[in-house]
Amino acid sequence: MKFSVIVFPGSNCDQDAFHTAGSILGEQVEYVWHKEGSLSVDTDAVIIPGGFSYGDYLRCGAVARFSNIMKDVVSFANNGKPVIGICNGFQILTEIGLLEGALLRNQNLKFICKDVFLKTSNNKTTFTNNLSEEQVIRIPIAHGDGNFFADDDTIKSLQDNNQIVFQYCDENGNVNDQSNPNGSLLNIAGITNKSNNVLGMMPHPERYSEQLLGCNDGIQVFQSILNNFKNGVLA
Amino acid sequence: MKKYKAVVKVSLRENILDVQGKTIEHALYSLDFDMMNNVRIGKLITLDIEAQNDGQAEAFVEQAAKKLLSNPVIEDFTIEIIE
Repeated sequence: MKFSVIVFPGSNCDQDAFHTAGSILGEQVEYVWHKEGSLSVDTDAVIIPGGFSYGDYLRCGAVARFSNIMKDVVSFANNGKPVIGICNGFQILTEIGLLEGALLRNQNLKFICKDVFLKTSNNKTTFTNNLSEEQVIRIPIAHGDGNFFADDDTIKSLQDNNQIVFQYCDENGNVNDQSNPNGSLLNIAGITNKSNNVLGMMPHPERYSEQLLGCNDGIQVFQSILNNFKNGVLA
Repeated sequence: MKKYKAVVKVSLRENILDVQGKTIEHALYSLDFDMMNNVRIGKLITLDIEAQNDGQAEAFVEQAAKKLLSNPVIEDFTIEIIE
């Protein structure tokens, strides 16, 4: 399987994503500079990594979405191929319209960098099939604008279509205000698109993908993408 | 072609809690400006534009505001065209 990691000026989790896909998962991986016109034809999954593309100017992700390469990423996604956006990648995916909603400033106005617990609210997706139902995983967050917002109709359709994949919770899996770090509606930490081949999540699974880093819960997300590729479980 | 200046004001939609505005509101109260409320923070974008007339200038700026300068999911904008 081959992963492509998109690199923008200001990306800073691209190397972590590359390491996770290449060295930990043991699959092929390449960087794709944002000025490129197209992905390699043998690309099987795209990772849009975290960071501060274009300095977060105007709005997080607002400028990166107009990068050359993003046209091909949109076609890739529209062909049903898996795209995962992490943190700034999630913001880019909402700006470009591959995912619904938007990420507002954290409710407490602080940049929050800490471990959080996530409840796997839907384990029947391209990105979560290696997790069990409602499994609680520990993943770090590091963002200033992670407060998920969408209008009432959109929230309802996200719920009706099981697009809410990860929710902030406590270590026992309780989703409540105390376990909500940033004010996100319904404690939303990650959502998919309707056809379940695009995931955006604010927490950083690539930062907790090997025991050497203190926790390897995050590898499950990448393992799920690989399972899906090998077995065609869902897509 | 005429030259115009455009002023685009972008702000969070009314029904969205503006946490920066709230924080500043509390700071104003601590300075005894308790006659003030409903503080909202926005962005002011100015630019120069060439167009046939002010209507065309406004139409161009509106396209830019919808496409890039604002995010319609969370923000509203107003445009002012100045000769």
